[in-house]
Amino acid sequence: MTSRIQKTQPRRVNVWLHIALLPMLISALVAYLTSTLWTIGLSFTASRMFPNSRFVGWAQYERLFDNERWSLALNNLMIYAIGAIVLCTLLGFLLAVFIDQKIRGESLFRTVFLYPYAMSMVVTGLVWQWILNPEQGIQAFMHSVGFTEFNFNWIVSQEMVMGCIILAAVWQGSGFIMALILAALRGVDAEIWKAASIDGIPVWRTYISVVLPMIKGTVITALTLQIIGSIKVYDMVIAMTRGGPGLASEVPAKFILDNIGLRSNLGQASAAATVLLVTVVALVVPYYFYLKHQKAKTGGQH
Amino acid sequence: MRPAAAIATVVACALASLVTSHCKAQTAEVLHWWTSKGESAAVRELAEAYRKAGGTWVDTAIAGGDNARNTAITRMLGGKPPTVAQFNATQQFHEVVDEGLLSDIDAVAKAQNWDAILPEPLRAFIKRDGKYYAAPVNIHNPSWFWYSKAVLAKAGVTAEPANMTEFFAALDKVKASGAIALALGGQNWQEAILFNTVLHASGGAELYRRFYGQTDGAVALTPEFKRVLAEFKRLKSYVDKGSPNRDWNVAAGMIIANRAGFQVIGDYVKGEFLAANKVAGKDYGCFPGFGAKAPYMIDGDVFVFPKPPKSAAAETTKAQMLFATVVTSREVQVAFNLKKGSIPIRADVDMASADLCTQLGLSALKDPSRHLPAPEQLASAEKNAAIGDAITKFWNTNQSVDDAARAFAKAAAIRI
Repeated sequence: MTSRIQKTQPRRVNVWLHIALLPMLISALVAYLTSTLWTIGLSFTASRMFPNSRFVGWAQYERLFDNERWSLALNNLMIYAIGAIVLCTLLGFLLAVFIDQKIRGESLFRTVFLYPYAMSMVVTGLVWQWILNPEQGIQAFMHSVGFTEFNFNWIVSQEMVMGCIILAAVWQGSGFIMALILAALRGVDAEIWKAASIDGIPVWRTYISVVLPMIKGTVITALTLQIIGSIKVYDMVIAMTRGGPGLASEVPAKFILDNIGLRSNLGQASAAATVLLVTVVALVVPYYFYLKHQKAKTGGQH
Repeated sequence: MRPAAAIATVVACALASLVTSHCKAQTAEVLHWWTSKGESAAVRELAEAYRKAGGTWVDTAIAGGDNARNTAITRMLGGKPPTVAQFNATQQFHEVVDEGLLSDIDAVAKAQNWDAILPEPLRAFIKRDGKYYAAPVNIHNPSWFWYSKAVLAKAGVTAEPANMTEFFAALDKVKASGAIALALGGQNWQEAILFNTVLHASGGAELYRRFYGQTDGAVALTPEFKRVLAEFKRLKSYVDKGSPNRDWNVAAGMIIANRAGFQVIGDYVKGEFLAANKVAGKDYGCFPGFGAKAPYMIDGDVFVFPKPPKSAAAETTKAQMLFATVVTSREVQVAFNLKKGSIPIRADVDMASADLCTQLGLSALKDPSRHLPAPEQLASAEKNAAIGDAITKFWNTNQSVDDAARAFAKAAAIRI
């Protein structure tokens, strides 16, 4: 839309527009950029409860990567990110395709699928924690109706607890991915479908070979959003397990906040935050260039 | 119109902030984290007494100790500190003192003769470079054994265990009777409390002090320490499957409902028993360790007094001195601690109306040889955190005792 309007109108710098944007720009620069630089700076100091400027070089990073808890947190983040993103995207895509079949009661389904997304992570986490708790939830219910052999105690198991967090995240997030992809599917020209059906191509094949490449941009956006969301994952873990049992569901965001608060170790927290920041940048920059590349191909100006 | 309105708002805000900062100077804004039912009843005693003494109490309650402490520190750094802030007796407190953010309250301490009336670990802790920087309000022991009388009677346990062997025997009997032997909330800090309790109750105060106080960690590799580790891990067989991430008050609820035999937790749990109308000595029992000479861990809540902004210095200092005098006075100490379930900071008060468990604590406090500082007083937050990680890993995984001993030694060797 915007690019089309800009093409038809002569380009004119709107001074008032820029003045109106100035406060936003300043706050973004001051709040985000300064804080980021400040954090990176702190990560090279021996700051504990209070920021100080005693320079210690890479010592905080060396300690960080010597810390078993941090490596566990990174490991868990990988498991969570891969599990949640793959499942969310797959499920979201399938739900979108399902609704795209012009089914009856579409808006009802859409609402039902999107509903979990409207709930806060904390509420979602707490509810799932109760459902999965072996003494209160599904397992207790099954035992109470006579299936005493029934065993479902993932949430208290060292090996499976991340599975529980992924489960809750997928329940919460896949509706949102569905909404994104559904919007893109609705943007696909009806002519394409007609052509495909005239050529006798099966519907599933059309989705995979024709429609999916057409909505590639949306899928990549969905993936990027999810990657960033995964790196930040915190509230779900706090609500469900608090990083337990033991350290089995520890995640980097929790590690950072624990170090700022309870452990009064700002230097260590800043080093960990910087590592996360570098990771996010490494993931977002390719996406940015991809978007630029796409715009250039379609003839956009920015 | 719009710019005019905006300017008007800015002016109004500036005026308002002038007025409120002026108001604040004459009153005490008290930042604390006592938000549960029993806790707010207790803090009301302090507020009442402060009002009677002529002050105005502005209550800033923030749920969660970490949140409240962080807020207090952020506000101190930001130049708008509360008049009074709750703190724990931890090494972080020393850091705040060293940063020069707190006023000392030596005048009050001298007038009230704190040198003579406070128990030694507490006094040593809040005194820094010869000056008092905090007003203690209570003594908690985070390391008690609690049990359900009904469950133990049903299981045939007739006497309180006097050593680790008897404790295991009692746990075995409770387990055999079909109840959960040990109610544990499987959160890191509760696992740490259980470990610390086994460490000083079974390993002894000396081993405990060496482990937390020394910085080489070698003590963790000794046979005595490994025995403690093995005993700690053995307790896991008495804990139910639903333990991970259980809150401490839910675990206490298992004792109250006579579903579990024992719980190891701090004496703040009495608030839960009280709320459920359970009586110490009748419905539940308590012992702070094995035998009459068991070490008694001393921890507690203190209030600190941030240096006021220059504009309001004189009046804020007056409010702070009044606060420190009031909350440590005899009558307030009795009234507050009866509600809080803790023990007064001074021995020269009449606590005859306190329950059985508090009486046990009072008699333990009279014997200085039983006093034991809490881990937070002996070791840095950093070191305690590393030890906490080692504890929770050992408890929750299949780590062997020897591997755990090495991990504990590494954690205890953290210097800063």
